[in-house]
Amino acid sequence: MKTQEYTVVGTRPIRHDGADKVTGRAQYGADFQMAGLLHGHILRSPHAHAQIRSIDTSKAAKLPGVKAIITADDFPQGPDRMVDLGEGDTPLSYARGNVLAKGKALYRGHAVAGIAAISAHVAEEAAGLIEVDYEVLPCVLTAPEAMREDAPVLHADLKTKEFGEQTGRTSNIAEHFRHEMGNIETGFAEADVIVEREFHTATVHQGYIEPHNTTALWNNDGRILIWCSTQGSFVVRDVTACILDVPVSQVKVTPMEIGGGFGGKIPVYLEPVAAMLSRKTGKPVKIVMSRKDVFEGTGPTPGSYIKVKIGSRKDGRITAAQAYLAYEAGAYPGAMVGPGGMCVFAAYDIANVVIDGFDVVVNKPSTAAYRAPGATNAAFATETVVDEIAEKLGIDPLEFRLKNAAKEGTRRADGPKYRRIGCVEVIEAMKNHPHYSAPLGGPNRGRGVAVGFWFNIGLPSSCTISVNADGTVNLVEGSTDIGGTRTSIAMQAAEVLGISAADVHPTVVDTDSVGFTAVTGGSRTTFATGWAAYEAAQDIVRQMKERAAKLWETEAASVELERGLFRSGDKAMSFADLAAKLESTGGPVVGRGAVNPRGVGGSFSGNIVDVEVDPETGKVTILRFTAVQDAGKAIHPSYVEGQMQGGSVQGIGWALNEEYYMNRDGAMTNSSLLDYRMPTALDLPMIDTVIVEVANPGHPFGVRGVGEANIIPPPGAIANAIYRAAGVRMNRLPMNPPAIMQAIWNQRD
Amino acid sequence: MSGKMRIQTTINGEPQEFLCEPRQSLLECLRDTLGLTGTKEGCNDGNCGACTVIMDDRIVTSCLVLGVEAEGCRVTTIEGIAKGSELHPLQQSFLENAALQCGICTPGFIVAAKALLDQEAHPSEEQIRLWLANNLCRCTGYDKIIRAVEQAAAAGSEVKA
Repeated sequence: MKTQEYTVVGTRPIRHDGADKVTGRAQYGADFQMAGLLHGHILRSPHAHAQIRSIDTSKAAKLPGVKAIITADDFPQGPDRMVDLGEGDTPLSYARGNVLAKGKALYRGHAVAGIAAISAHVAEEAAGLIEVDYEVLPCVLTAPEAMREDAPVLHADLKTKEFGEQTGRTSNIAEHFRHEMGNIETGFAEADVIVEREFHTATVHQGYIEPHNTTALWNNDGRILIWCSTQGSFVVRDVTACILDVPVSQVKVTPMEIGGGFGGKIPVYLEPVAAMLSRKTGKPVKIVMSRKDVFEGTGPTPGSYIKVKIGSRKDGRITAAQAYLAYEAGAYPGAMVGPGGMCVFAAYDIANVVIDGFDVVVNKPSTAAYRAPGATNAAFATETVVDEIAEKLGIDPLEFRLKNAAKEGTRRADGPKYRRIGCVEVIEAMKNHPHYSAPLGGPNRGRGVAVGFWFNIGLPSSCTISVNADGTVNLVEGSTDIGGTRTSIAMQAAEVLGISAADVHPTVVDTDSVGFTAVTGGSRTTFATGWAAYEAAQDIVRQMKERAAKLWETEAASVELERGLFRSGDKAMSFADLAAKLESTGGPVVGRGAVNPRGVGGSFSGNIVDVEVDPETGKVTILRFTAVQDAGKAIHPSYVEGQMQGGSVQGIGWALNEEYYMNRDGAMTNSSLLDYRMPTALDLPMIDTVIVEVANPGHPFGVRGVGEANIIPPPGAIANAIYRAAGVRMNRLPMNPPAIMQAIWNQRD
Repeated sequence: MSGKMRIQTTINGEPQEFLCEPRQSLLECLRDTLGLTGTKEGCNDGNCGACTVIMDDRIVTSCLVLGVEAEGCRVTTIEGIAKGSELHPLQQSFLENAALQCGICTPGFIVAAKALLDQEAHPSEEQIRLWLANNLCRCTGYDKIIRAVEQAAAAGSEVKA
């Protein structure tokens, strides 16, 4: 599986920010301090759906220590327009409305007012003194309910878009799209076995350990300075500028270290509020969310209702597949059902397909991306149905998947035709893994498998590199480092330059100091910013060759760089020796790379999982877990494994116990980390990993990106394992003890 | 607002005096008053372990301890784990094993793991998992953290031998 021999790529150097992060020196957003700092707090709606009749801040304003209070009326009130929030276009009124509710509160936790005071305690106290007159409205919490004709309507101005056309009809369905390929009737007519099942999946949260935070200063020169934890400093810059109606260049965002995001730290919540409070007070304002605010006021990932129908011939070839995906967008459109539609059958080569997707608004927090957003819900359904068909046909579940696996040239129902992909290789690696044939070793145990696909994204990235006289280089980039990407980016530059990873000093800088760089998301950072670093390093090599040529009085074209040595004829000089001569050969050397890569390569992943189901309680124990994923090329294998392990465990949490437990009034009743029970070290075995490397032809080192595909298979694989352990097919997430006991009892009846 | 109290403690081996309001948590005092921001806040209700410190040889979540309770106590935070410029074996092991991704939970894990190794030099995998069950990590799936603690335990016994 070796793609090519490299010196640096594929090794495991210690990460550049490591010492800071194990000693507590690394500065995260909440650690930021500056003189004169005020502390902010957000007042949030206690109702899931309510008209805001009036907001009286007079009592709160009189509390000693309170410096300013703002509501939506303090934001600019210009006409609506479409803005890009980092993941596609949204009406500005929705972006602004989610930051501070205007007219209506659309979910419990919806921000209603912002307070700045001399301490966070005083600001919180003041929030309790703000009097909001709410007219409580009926709320609607799930997609199927919200799609009914008589459902309470969230947005009077939201018109349903159907098959790309505006219908002019007001409803909670923001969009209905359809992908069609072949002939679905003929396809099902050719099938010997057809399985159709319904699925419900609960709303879940990304669960990053660091709450959202920001500090903003509306400076006396009119510039807005922001320090925050974000997946995209340029997104914060651009969205804040839009909401406050100022030019983007008026905002400067300094990304602090970030304590996890998984997609949830792309949206902007606090920055415009802190900036407005700063403008009113003339002082910097810092706001840090509580954990409850994180659960109730930031984007979880959609709950969903899904139907999947698949038909297969006796010989194990799938003839047709149909999906109905209704995803809860939360309060504003954008349920990530589009990616769900792209991924639902993406692992399979199927001639006849229909996929219907519905983006449905409900009275829950506006949803955000969560690691392969939309794909996990869809794959849970598909992989369960595929497993059931394989069982009915008496075919091994991996053999069945292999017979139908997507490969180069396979067309997906949403349009694209695959270039070189690693679906077959991933399934083969699963089949060949000793785990797949190991004995289960006890009663009430079962083994399940599932696969998943994520397309990955490209988007712009920028990077500059300057050469130091001691033969090292400084690398400047704009991608927030959530999981070791300073190093995976630096390693690609080091490989080109023929120096060690330790000789590259990477720094993540503010939006004034580097070219536009899109979010750390979509598994794109090592792929795209790594590519920008590759280009910047190539630029250095070109300039260094010119310097060598000047020294040797020869043509630059005759100079070669190999393993850190510049050569021309019988002359040779190391990178370091040449770096020491820059001053005498023309001055500093600075390279630049700016890319918007098209050669994105999708990533496939697969899981083998063994579970034990306690027949008395329904508790599921994960006994053994193997994660396989096509990385294209693993730049730093340890951090690739880390992504696979982390994504797998998030998938395990999603599968077994995480959910927004909502009461009928739309209140989340488990908004603490005790009750929103994420997996702990005690719940898990070691997570074995197998990195498959089918090089992406669209990247200089073959990188595909590994951040996301790993979260997709766990719910399906675990459901299939539960079936073999306990004899019940689960069609609901989470598959917690009550759900499993219910299924067991239903089967007995 | 009530008046501030004067608290005398020992933090990371040094005598330390600070003023705090009765309602302030030790976490708040460490971070906002003393500038020891290596101790992190993830939930402020004792459920994530990011604010773990050692207080008189016991690990506590400092968000659930009042600042005034630190009177007369010895407190060790992440800033006190390394010996001068030399990393503690756990810190070194976390780096070598890539046992952190975003790093926000790392101080809490290292402090908690140090307390474990101080009382049990050779913990089993199960013991490590049980001990660290109060520390949440959302990035790593714990695999590399457990391995890092195992390796540090092995390294520690080599040093002693």
